[in-house]
Amino acid sequence: MSETNNLSVSRKSFSQRLFLFLGSMDLAITLLLALAVASIIGTVLQQNQPYSDYLIKFGPFWFELFESAGLYDVYSAIWFLSILVLLVTSTSVCVIRNGPSMVRDMWNLRTHVQRKSLRAMRHNTAWTVGSPAEDTVTKLESNFSKLGFRVKQTPKTDEVLVSAMRGGMNRLGYLLTHLAIVVICLGGLMDSNLPLKFAEWQGRINIETRDLPLSQIPAKSKLAVGSQAFRGSVNIPEGQSSSVVFVAMRDGYLVQNLPFKVEVKDFRIEHYATGQPKSFESDLVVYDDDLAEPLTTTIAVNHPLIHKGYAIYQASFSDGGSALSLDAWPLDGQAGNEPLSFDSKVFERRMMHWGDNSSQLEITSFRPFNINPDPTEEDPNNVRNFGPSIEFKLRSNTGEAQEYQNYMLPVTRNGRDFYLSGVRSSPADEFGYLYLPLDKQGGLTGFSHFLQRLYDKKVVDEIAREMTSTTLNSVANSDEKLAQSLHDTLMTLVEMFVAGGFSNVTVFIETTLPEAERATLGPAYLSMLREILARVYVNGLYLPEQQPPSESELLFLQDAVDAIGSLPRYGSPVYFELTDYEHVEASGLQIAQSPGKPIVYFGCAMLIMGVFLLFYLPQRRFWALVKVNGSQTDILLAGMSNRNPREFDGYFEQISDELKLTSGNSSPH
Amino acid sequence: MNKLAGIMLTETSSPLIQWLWRGAMVLAGIILLTMYYDVFDYYEVGIVVLTAFCMALIGQNWMGIRWYIIVVGLLSLFAIQRYANDLTLANSDFFLNYMLASQSAFMWMSALFVMATVTYFAGLFLRSEFTQKIGTALTWSASAMGMIGLMVRWKESYLIGPDVGHIPVSNLYEVFILFAIITSILYLFYERRYQTRALGGFVLLVISSAVAFQLWYTFERQAHEIQPLVPALQSYWMKIHVPANFVGYGAFAMAAMIGVAYLLKSWRQSVNPQGLLATTLPDKAVMDDLMYKAIALGFAFFTLATILGALWAAEAWGGYWSWDPKETWALIVWLNYAAWLHMRMTKGWHGRPMAWWAVIGLFVTLFAFLGVNMFLSGLHSYGTL
Repeated sequence: MSETNNLSVSRKSFSQRLFLFLGSMDLAITLLLALAVASIIGTVLQQNQPYSDYLIKFGPFWFELFESAGLYDVYSAIWFLSILVLLVTSTSVCVIRNGPSMVRDMWNLRTHVQRKSLRAMRHNTAWTVGSPAEDTVTKLESNFSKLGFRVKQTPKTDEVLVSAMRGGMNRLGYLLTHLAIVVICLGGLMDSNLPLKFAEWQGRINIETRDLPLSQIPAKSKLAVGSQAFRGSVNIPEGQSSSVVFVAMRDGYLVQNLPFKVEVKDFRIEHYATGQPKSFESDLVVYDDDLAEPLTTTIAVNHPLIHKGYAIYQASFSDGGSALSLDAWPLDGQAGNEPLSFDSKVFERRMMHWGDNSSQLEITSFRPFNINPDPTEEDPNNVRNFGPSIEFKLRSNTGEAQEYQNYMLPVTRNGRDFYLSGVRSSPADEFGYLYLPLDKQGGLTGFSHFLQRLYDKKVVDEIAREMTSTTLNSVANSDEKLAQSLHDTLMTLVEMFVAGGFSNVTVFIETTLPEAERATLGPAYLSMLREILARVYVNGLYLPEQQPPSESELLFLQDAVDAIGSLPRYGSPVYFELTDYEHVEASGLQIAQSPGKPIVYFGCAMLIMGVFLLFYLPQRRFWALVKVNGSQTDILLAGMSNRNPREFDGYFEQISDELKLTSGNSSPH
Repeated sequence: MNKLAGIMLTETSSPLIQWLWRGAMVLAGIILLTMYYDVFDYYEVGIVVLTAFCMALIGQNWMGIRWYIIVVGLLSLFAIQRYANDLTLANSDFFLNYMLASQSAFMWMSALFVMATVTYFAGLFLRSEFTQKIGTALTWSASAMGMIGLMVRWKESYLIGPDVGHIPVSNLYEVFILFAIITSILYLFYERRYQTRALGGFVLLVISSAVAFQLWYTFERQAHEIQPLVPALQSYWMKIHVPANFVGYGAFAMAAMIGVAYLLKSWRQSVNPQGLLATTLPDKAVMDDLMYKAIALGFAFFTLATILGALWAAEAWGGYWSWDPKETWALIVWLNYAAWLHMRMTKGWHGRPMAWWAVIGLFVTLFAFLGVNMFLSGLHSYGTL
């Protein structure tokens, strides 16, 4: 890294000039700063996201431009690696150029200095002592040694030079720091995905972008067991095992085979009293033919398992296909009367058929508990556990899907219990909730029974007839035609209501009634509808003669009518009641092999040692030239340091005072 | 030998004091280890030994830090004694409520740091050595209150629940206090060594800014509440990675503020050589040297901290280097100061350009420390605002 060179530019060959350029300080500093600036890109632009996200974010033009510049994985882009390689080369050239002289400087006591150059040093002093030269030299030597210096005496023609040095290891600091950079980068290179990129470029491997079962993934996307570096992840449900991990590459993945099989026995999350997660742990069993018996252990965050150089980390968790028992309650006339019980699993897809319609049920998640703010409390910090919930999609034959969220436990509102079901048509929306009232037994039977009666033409017909007759009995001049018309209206109103709620009825009123009659007949129609709905409900209770329905039954009626009124917006022909579950979790493991790690760590140790040697061990040299001057002895002392010139002022003074004191009677020149 | 080692410093303590001090630290370490022999694990023993060793070393020639360690130790023990096992005493016990409960101690620290800043500047403008000495005393007191606050907070976290307890360097609020303490102690070290108090106000300015932020953070975001550790932070590496990092940050911040003083002096000198700042601020060569010292110290510890971080990452995230934004910014800071040091040590650059560069370096450091947590997402999400 020295700037000095005695060769003139014109006489140097190209390779010499290249060597000088690569080892130049200017290049080194430029590269350090260029690397710093280039590194910023990858922190501003989130790396290794799905390519579709980038496409949405930047649009097609910039997306392609950025992709060709390798900006989605900057740190393995060719141009970025080129900077790194140049930096390593530059550092290596520096070490090669300066290393030998540094090593010499570490030990060399510089015995060839002349009186003239000592006199020219910033720090020098001279004095005369009465003792003979040999004694003085011996004393100086022993004093220097006591002060921790390495000493050597060199007889000159008519004088003796005593050379002393401390802190020669400062030069080692230079070597260690610069070699460390090379070592760390080489170790890091071994652990990078560069070999994979190279294999891909050669066409030996192929990145898989499709979501396929393991057995269908082509062999070209699978990596054999070996000593190569990789860092992959895999989700293993409790009770299952895996002998591969998935290595993410750009917008796809590769499958890395492992020489052993990992089974997840159990995954646990522990919580603090405040609800925050306290630990994530997995009980693992490693099956390996090389082991006498399977290895059983527990890993946690910060506590990985190292097996055969493979490190197994607790990285994440997800649902592992929890077993669910569901009751499908029909909400329209077609699906029949009784709930359909069936078992499913999280992530399972199944076709559901009701009448002529069918749709695909896709269960997307299960949560064993939901800690949410309690809507009945003022303070949003008052949270409550709302119990287990499932989320699922219902996909119609045209491919459109509605998203649902159903809670297993009822929620209480104004003292009454409801099943809560949220619906939305896109993840960007908030859930809108349907409240299904529970009957006295705490089930949906009461609601379902009422709903089915409203769909049942025979029942409605009978009730409408009964209602018509009671209504017309109080009217003086009634006839058959009026009765029939009233009956028909009632039937239509109920049909309208179950098909589209109150809003549908309002539309019906507005489109069929003449404008003049709308103001008077409209409200009458609505109260007639409420009356017949109540009659259908009360009639279905089969109460003893003359017994009026209880207050709770009337409240249920009100809630049920509200729920039925919002069913058309709910969009699903059934309500899925979660009756039972068995929670199965999947542990997200990260498995890595990094053969370069010991090399990198070795480099790190070198770097730390080197940095501290370089900054905190100044190299200090002293020379004492001892010359006989008649009966006395003249001493010329000079010193220099390669660090902290300011502090060396005081240091030199103290050393010279010390030496003057101990080398005999002195008289300064 | 002792005398020689002492030459590094402007004054040395007598050998008797030195040996007494070293002995006291060894004794303190041994007492601690025997008392908690059953509960300490391998790493905790290592940390106690390392701490005792460092304190013995740093205090052997520095009277100020010896008193600091003694006062902080005694008052912290006193506070812990007052707490016994009841956290609610923080509001009822006289000493805790007004002095030593962590929140009270931090408030004292904040007030004292601001006062110290004002006093240092007053001393500078009044050319009053005495006023500046008061500034030094205030800085020592502020730093001591901060450190006591951290010590007591450590105990308080265990009073909340044995599983909640942890060293208070786990979130942005706690490390801001750590930053203020470490920067002030680094400054006090160099103040004594270079026998100049004129830079106090400048360095304290950056500490006062940190204090202002931390007060906002307390009152606006309730950040002072002690939170349990997320699983990723439950590691012995935290105890050494975080403090090592803050020695780096503190030293870089100090270098930048000295850079500001340097530029001011250089500007005033060219305008009015007999003016106040031109004559009261230290010699430019002294400031240049101090700037270099601070950056070298910061660089050494930042290197150590980044490597410790890599070792921790290898245990927690599955790889010693993931190009996570925080890691990458640490590298950027490191590269920046590496370039600075090369310029200075091998190209021999001095003066204004290096001072400007040191000031810019503070902004790079600040982004790595705060900006990454505020604007970028990544694995280091513990320090989010």
